[in-house]
Order: sequence, then structure tokens, then C-alpha cells
Amino acid sequence: MKKVFWLCAAIMIIVIGFMGAYIVIGGLPFFSHTSLIDFLLGKKWNPSGNLYGVFPMLVASLYGTIGATLIGVVVGVSTAIVLVEVLPRKIAKVFSAAIDLLAGIPSVIYGFWGLVVIVPLIDKFWGGRGAGSSLLAVIIILSIMILPTIIRMTEVSLRAVPHEYKEGALGLGASKYQYIFRVQLGAAKSGILAGIVLGIGRALGETMAVILVAGNAPIIPTTLVDPVRTLTANIAIEMSYAAGTHQQALFATGMILFLLIMFINFALTQFVKKGGRRSRNESKA
Amino acid sequence: MKKKLLASIAILALGTMVFTGCGSKKVEEASTATAETNQPISAQETKKEGVKISIVGSTTVAEPMEKLVAKYKEMGNTDNLEVQGNGSSAGIKAAMEGTADIGMSSRELKEEEKASGIEETVIAYDGIAVVVHPSNGVEDLTKAQIKDIFEGKITNWSEVGGIDKDIVVVTREAGSGTRGAFEEILKLLDENKASTITEVALVAEGTGTVMKTVATKEASIGFVSEGFLDDTVKALKVDGTPCTVENVKGGTYAISRPLILVNKSDVKPEAKAVIDFILGKEGQSIMAEKYIPVKND
Repeated sequence: MKKVFWLCAAIMIIVIGFMGAYIVIGGLPFFSHTSLIDFLLGKKWNPSGNLYGVFPMLVASLYGTIGATLIGVVVGVSTAIVLVEVLPRKIAKVFSAAIDLLAGIPSVIYGFWGLVVIVPLIDKFWGGRGAGSSLLAVIIILSIMILPTIIRMTEVSLRAVPHEYKEGALGLGASKYQYIFRVQLGAAKSGILAGIVLGIGRALGETMAVILVAGNAPIIPTTLVDPVRTLTANIAIEMSYAAGTHQQALFATGMILFLLIMFINFALTQFVKKGGRRSRNESKA
Repeated sequence: MKKKLLASIAILALGTMVFTGCGSKKVEEASTATAETNQPISAQETKKEGVKISIVGSTTVAEPMEKLVAKYKEMGNTDNLEVQGNGSSAGIKAAMEGTADIGMSSRELKEEEKASGIEETVIAYDGIAVVVHPSNGVEDLTKAQIKDIFEGKITNWSEVGGIDKDIVVVTREAGSGTRGAFEEILKLLDENKASTITEVALVAEGTGTVMKTVATKEASIGFVSEGFLDDTVKALKVDGTPCTVENVKGGTYAISRPLILVNKSDVKPEAKAVIDFILGKEGQSIMAEKYIPVKND
């Protein structure tokens, strides 16, 4: 039995290794055509003219992810606090079920909903060069998509805070909200950060929903209502027709995305680890 | 603990099922392959077995190709024809590399593609319609105006006789056959063959998405194959000529292109037979439903 589990784990690692190798082998030859610097900082993406610059996509991906994470964290953490500390248990259960449902909706449905509801609304109120298809639409859709992850992780870690903390805080004369913000959130910090890391990963990697609402124009957005193209959308839109250098450029885009996600995951996990250690030390003291 | 164990066993079982599933399929394929190569079988038997012919490429050509294949089978042919639409460039590449028997293209072959010595057969001609939202008051544009709009030199509908609203240009993704043909016909290419379509243009993946985008955005303009037109969008006249089957056939409509099949010269005879069928009376009558047939008899 032990060997079977080992085998499963090994297969997992091998698959990840192969995928990484495949992307690198597919993308590496591209850098004999365009240097890494030109690729990363080039502002023009025009495959028929052999111009491959992913800077606009890089910016769009980062803006979209940062925007979605900001909204997602504020709304998600607040929702979790309401679920754990404010609502009666029974009503909170109904809310939780709804959030689970939200987590199970396929991304293409989010995208379609964004296309028929969010995009026309943005067009009506702000217009913009993409007539609604915009960075703003991407941020709205992504923040809704990462909410379930952040809410669930925050909820679980808030519930895991020992009850004695609450008794102690309230016994010392703290109000309910003083307890929540000064004690409970601090004690649950590492779990909440882990939820945010997962949320960022999903936002950065989301493709289908983004393609439908982004407009996919490879420009650097100067306003929230400009159409944008993310790194993932760039690969998905053009891969089916690409050949030769163009295809290699898309693999190289994949490499950048791979590295970006690995870097963000690594950096945030380190951050979470440190944060967790500190809060444990604090509680010891 | 018990629950966990149950779950892991279920996952394991699922995993094994997936693996055995793949395994047995491979064995099956291998056995048919050996049957084809090792045993000298009579023509009768070959017919019964059916040769696998893959037809890959332009989504525009794939649409009538499905009908052609259905008709071909209806006529009693038992070959196993597989049609897959993944774009002209991919189709030509697949035919050159031999991963597909027949490649479909909805644009002229590029020089380097022709240089590979691949055989091409024009099976029909197609018109590309310039489409706008049905509420748009503009009816007619010249080729030069369309070029300026797609290059971002004309940015407001009022400049071409419409209402005062910024134009939202919708284009296909790089590599699309329709986009390639559109750029070539309207000279939307600079001296390095780079596309000069405005960067701000929305990029829609596939003809269906262009139709949907134009149908939902009032100030938009896009282009689709004539065969895909419906009531959700309005096709503009180009240089005063409406985009109709008659005008594309007659050559009076300005934006048109050939539909091409490509194959290696040493392709299976069964694949050649398919091309001959498409050039024949039945095949051409199916192509004629939406495109201009090459043979008018």
C-alpha cells in the first residue's frame, strides 16, 4: 500500500517536471529570435510583423490580479467575519452553501455572465475604447471568482482560533469588534494569507472568463476601461493558429507565466511562513 | 480516518480506470495498424474496413467540409473521414508534415508554404463581409474607408456619415485565415508584412465571437466570412456593392478569397478521391450553397 502512495506522488512530480520541460523546450529557441529583454519590455505584439513584446500583457495580468486581489480580500475577509462572528450559525450555513456553489461554477460561465451583464453595464456608464470590454470587467469577474477561496480559507482559520482568546479578550473588557480586529484576525493571519495566495494564483492563471470580457487588445491600459490582453489570454487565443516563431513566442509567454506564478507563490509562502511564526511567537509572549 | 482511506481508495480506483482505459485503446490502435500493414488485404476488404483520412485546417472550410463528408458517406463510401477545424496555418502545416492527409486553407498559400512542394486545389471562392451593428446608420463604405477604419485613422462614425460615436474595431486573432485574407485584400500590411490593424482593436477568437461582439456593441465594426452572415449583424456594401453570393460569384464584390485544399503529392489515393469528389458535381453543388464554386457546370 505504501508503495502505491509513493507511486502516485512520484507520478505527480514527474508530470510537473515534464510540463515544465515541455514549456521550456518549446519556448527557449524563441530567445534566439528575440532577446529576453526585448520580449519582456517590448511594447508591440504583432506576430505577422515578427514583433513579440509581452510587456502590455504582463502589465494587464498584474493590474488584473492586483485589482481582483484587493477587492477579493476586502470583500472576502469581511464576509468571513460576518459568517463566523455576526450571523447566527443556521443562517451562516445557508450562506456557506451558497459560497460553495459559487466555487463550483465553471469559469466559462463566469465569463459568459460577465460578457452579457458586466460588459454592457460598463459600456453604458463609462464607455471606453473597448465598449465595455475592459480591465475593469476583468477585475470584477476575477474578484468574484477568487472570493470563494478567500472566504472559505478565512472562515476556517477564524473558526480555528481557540475560544479562550475570545473569552480572555471579552473578559478584559474588549468589545466584539475590538476582539475581531485586534485578536482574532491576528491569530488567524497565516491561514488568511494562504487563502490570498491561492486566490492570487487563480486570478493570474484564469483564462476562459478573462478572454470573454477583456477585449484582448494587446495595449498597455491607461484607464480602467481600456481593453486589455492577459498573458494567459494571449496563449489561449493565438495557440490554435500559431506556427513557427509565433508558436515559440507563445511557449515563451507560457514560460514567463510559469516563472511569474512560481515566484509569486514562493514569495508569498515565505511571507506567510514568517507571518505565521511571528504570530505564534506573539501568542507565546 | 476511515473516510480518508475510502476517499484515497476511490481516487486510486479512478486512476487505474483512466490508465487502463488509455492502455487498451492503444492496444486496439496497434492491432489495427498491424492489420493494415502486415496482411495483404483485397480491395473489397479495404473498403469494408475504411481508410482513415484526416482533414485538418481552416474553420471556414471545415464547415462545408462536414457536409461534404456526410454526402460522401451517403454515396456509399466507407472511409473514415475526420474533419477538424483549427485554422489555415495549422492545416497547411499538418499537411506538409504529413500529420493530416488533407489540409484546408481559407487564404492563398504563402511563398514558403508553396516552396515545400505541396499540391493545392482551389475548391471555391469566398467573400468576406464587413459587418456592423444592425442599428448603425452607415450602409456603404469604400475599400479605402474600411482600410482607414481598421488602421485607426478614422475613429468616429461621423467621419463616414454616421452618428457621433467612437468606432470600436473588432478583429480576429493573429494567424486566422479570415484575418490573413482580409489584411491581404485591403493591404492592411506594412512593408515587413506586419499587420497594420489598430492595436486598440478588440480581438475575438473565432467567427462566432466576432458575430456576437458586433451584435452586442453598437459602435463596432468587424469582418466575417459571407457564409456566416445572419440577422444579428448588418453587412455593409463595399464600394457600393452588397456582399451577396451573386456578387461574390460574379467577382464584383471587392473582398473575396479562395478556399483551398492542400496535400502532399504522395498522399493516399483515398484522399485524392475525396478531393476529386469535392471538385465533382455533387461536391461543387454543396460548396455552391454558401460559396462560389470553381466549376459552373
